[in-house]
Amino acid sequence: MSVARRIIPCLDVRDGQVVKGVRFRDHEVVGDIVELAARYRDEGADELVFYDITASPQQRSVDVAWVQRVSAVIDIPFSVAGGIRTVQAADATLRAGADKISINSPALQTPALINQLADAFGSQCVVVGIDSILVNDQWQVRHHTGDPDNMVDSQRLTLDWLQEVQQRGAGEIVLNCMDADGVRSGYDIDQLSAARALCQVPLIASGGAGSMAHFDQVFTRADVDGALAASVFHKGVLAIPELKQWLAGQGHSVRGTTC
Amino acid sequence: MSKVSDAIAPPRLVIIDSGGYNIGSVMAAMERLQVDATLSDDPALIQSASHVILPGVGHAAAAMRKLREHGLDRLIPQLTQPVLGICLGMQLLYEHSDEGNVDCLGVLPGTVTRLPSGDGLRVPHMGWNQLQWHANAALQQALPDPAWMYFVHSYAAPVNACTVASATHGSAFTAVAQHGNFLAAQFHPERSAQAGAALLRTFLAL
Repeated sequence: MSVARRIIPCLDVRDGQVVKGVRFRDHEVVGDIVELAARYRDEGADELVFYDITASPQQRSVDVAWVQRVSAVIDIPFSVAGGIRTVQAADATLRAGADKISINSPALQTPALINQLADAFGSQCVVVGIDSILVNDQWQVRHHTGDPDNMVDSQRLTLDWLQEVQQRGAGEIVLNCMDADGVRSGYDIDQLSAARALCQVPLIASGGAGSMAHFDQVFTRADVDGALAASVFHKGVLAIPELKQWLAGQGHSVRGTTC
Repeated sequence: MSKVSDAIAPPRLVIIDSGGYNIGSVMAAMERLQVDATLSDDPALIQSASHVILPGVGHAAAAMRKLREHGLDRLIPQLTQPVLGICLGMQLLYEHSDEGNVDCLGVLPGTVTRLPSGDGLRVPHMGWNQLQWHANAALQQALPDPAWMYFVHSYAAPVNACTVASATHGSAFTAVAQHGNFLAAQFHPERSAQAGAALLRTFLAL
């Protein structure tokens, strides 16, 4: 056996609650952080991502109190994204119990931050999130995507940035394909396959999950290590136990939900 | 940290303050198991414990420097109570690590080397993987079969005489090791759901 494909619910956190918007807009509250995290753990989620969508646009740091609350209850790995702009903020988040920290906009503003974090904590703690959108037939990186009013075109091509962040010490990459996000029509297989070919570290697909078949496609065709999804889980469109059982039946290596 | 002379009774479990970033998670796991754990780098307190955990996430050379600062590089190999090394804490128990080319504690035989990459193998090895048992081990008790554990590491120990379970990332590496009272897990039991909790409970009952 080898390492299992990971199913990763993403919980967008705003003002201490889990929210979800469509195409990054019109956020609605879907529940309490710890309650939802515990539910997904019980259902067999392999890992959780908490994305503080208010922290980065408002130039705030992550509030570590809720990170501690999650760590006390949750016995599966989780990462925290949003608002981590310094080695100190990363240190506080990891000490609060996060297994990994994920950076996106701050890495674009200060690429050397990736090197600093990898040197301080090891690459295995450092995830780089990339928000990517198709413009003139090229995938381009966007930043400050948590707030549409402040969203900026980074002037970087996604596949170039993907290689640079690995050279700088990223231990995992979450590629969020914005054209597919929130509309549940499937992961962006073309883009993720192109990224996979250039990615030597674990690659996590994000954006577009709507059905069990979409997970099968992204594992089979884009060979990603994990698939992240939010609304299909929050709204009960897919249940993780059935999803994992079905994926196992399709021949994927997935962690059993009974242990 | 309190000195042992101030304590009413020696603590049962001491978690060595190795500066690793999983210390908070290990402490939280003990709280969930309702076990009192003391975090310390005090040699006397560590020596008085019934069980010792050496956690660790970070860089081998930096972690060895921190242990040497407190004389723990000399103390740990002499401990006679059950000792569990977790992740980097496991790797430090071996003779040598290629990560920073550093001599380690030498309790377990062998050199920790970088995991192979390329050819569809991603490093770090990150995610859930299954244990393959090589020998009947105390730590196997009460674990589900198969036992899925959460790994995140770029270096690993070879399969050798002290291996009791391996996992596969391209080739097999040691996932669980035991030599006398020294036990070691390359994965993170504190983040491995019920299977990890069962392993910790078994260790604490030794």
